[in-house]
Amino acid sequence: MTTFPESPTRPQPPGSEAAAPFWEATRRRQLVYQWCTMCRQPVFFPREVCPRCLRSSLEWRESSGRGTVYTFSNVHRPQMPNFILPAPYTVALVDLEEGVRMMSNVVNCDPATVTVGMAVKVTWEALEDGRNLPLFEPA
Amino acid sequence: MIEAALDDAGLTISDVDGICHANSSMALAEYLGVHPRFTDSTSTGGSSFEVHAEHAAAAIAAGLAEVVVSVYAATPQGDRRRSGQRRGGGGGRPFMMAGPNPQAEWEMPYGLRQPMGPYAMAATRHMAQFGTTPEQLAQIAVSTRAWASLNPKARYRDPITVDEVLSSPLQCSPLHLLDCCLVTDGAGAWVMTSAERSADLAKPPVFILGAGTCHDHQMISQMPDLTTTAGVISGANAFAMAGIKPDDVDLLMGYDSFTITALLHLEDLGFCPKGEGGRFVEDGRTAPGGSLPMNTNGGGLSYTHPGMYGMFLIVEAVRQLRGEAGARQLDSPEIAVAHGSGGVLSCMSTLVLGTEAAR
Repeated sequence: MTTFPESPTRPQPPGSEAAAPFWEATRRRQLVYQWCTMCRQPVFFPREVCPRCLRSSLEWRESSGRGTVYTFSNVHRPQMPNFILPAPYTVALVDLEEGVRMMSNVVNCDPATVTVGMAVKVTWEALEDGRNLPLFEPA
Repeated sequence: MIEAALDDAGLTISDVDGICHANSSMALAEYLGVHPRFTDSTSTGGSSFEVHAEHAAAAIAAGLAEVVVSVYAATPQGDRRRSGQRRGGGGGRPFMMAGPNPQAEWEMPYGLRQPMGPYAMAATRHMAQFGTTPEQLAQIAVSTRAWASLNPKARYRDPITVDEVLSSPLQCSPLHLLDCCLVTDGAGAWVMTSAERSADLAKPPVFILGAGTCHDHQMISQMPDLTTTAGVISGANAFAMAGIKPDDVDLLMGYDSFTITALLHLEDLGFCPKGEGGRFVEDGRTAPGGSLPMNTNGGGLSYTHPGMYGMFLIVEAVRQLRGEAGARQLDSPEIAVAHGSGGVLSCMSTLVLGTEAAR
């Protein structure tokens, strides 16, 4: 028999070595991404090398935290019964202004009002170890 | 299942010198007592068995093997019953990964149901970009159920309507319960050998006329365009190798993990222009009597879906091409396409299969 903890939880993201600067920045509520200085393009998720040129010519830049919803789904039947957000909740792919696409939740609005192309901005949820998780809300 | 497939071909296990399995070809060969000279443990999810067929055909052509088998069996329904697990509870293990786990870091914290959520995101985007409607997606489930009603082995056989699909519970918007494939137990196997060797075997052979594979992401958040799959590449390569066009295809076995999955295949394989999939299916064109029979076994939506359904695409294509499909038999089909989709719209693998007349 599978048992679940009583209180609502969110799966805590592991912090990979390549992404250490990303997670450190979240402690200051800053959203950062990698930029390849050779290819002049953003890179996400964080890696040791650029996926185009395979060089380690990557620097960190700060995002404005503004973007648009590329697509989304409102989860009515969650897999995890004790997930921190009550169903239905919105999981989206957000296109940041800087050209990075990331998965996140759109919060602080009725899921039924979320649309493709909607403008959003970053907001933060505290993780258990002092890091913060970037979420998005209507801009 | 392997024995049944070998019997069907008029071969025995001692003829087998190549083994394919989506988890471990070593474990399978050990269990069977085979010491294969060709081995393939390629695991691309539901498309694994199309990839195995592509590799096996190349291996046989290159003289690396003469008789290759691939098998799949899974009992998720029975497993769930035995464990008392509730439906939808914890069933979504992340895709197998060794070493770094980017999905745990960049996707799993957000509670997206796997694997349904990524397909729902593709459907949302397709609707926003092309005006595809929930009714059009539902029609795919309805047409597929009509085929299932002709298959005595299908899990669900009672006809359904678009309204019934749309009034079934929303799972991950915009996908309803009846937009989603089943969770069933099931098994299948194929045997492949050279055209020369096949000449004096038990059944008329089905020939691999073309094959192609491509993957462009593992995680949905890394998919370049959620309305266009790598099937554009795998399909074009397979069709070019076979020297055929979509119009030449008598049967499309297009992996239908969800209604949106099948719709994307129709577009990406060139049966209709990009964005037109909804309009293509809405009049029942893929149903019995329609101009493009699709998923005549009843598909993952109504026949069976033990987790990696790609094996059943090949089994049904072969049955149809051999005229063994019973009440759902098409009128003398010569060319069938088995198009597997693995991961979350990640790895597409296309086989063009044909009868002797189509060679």
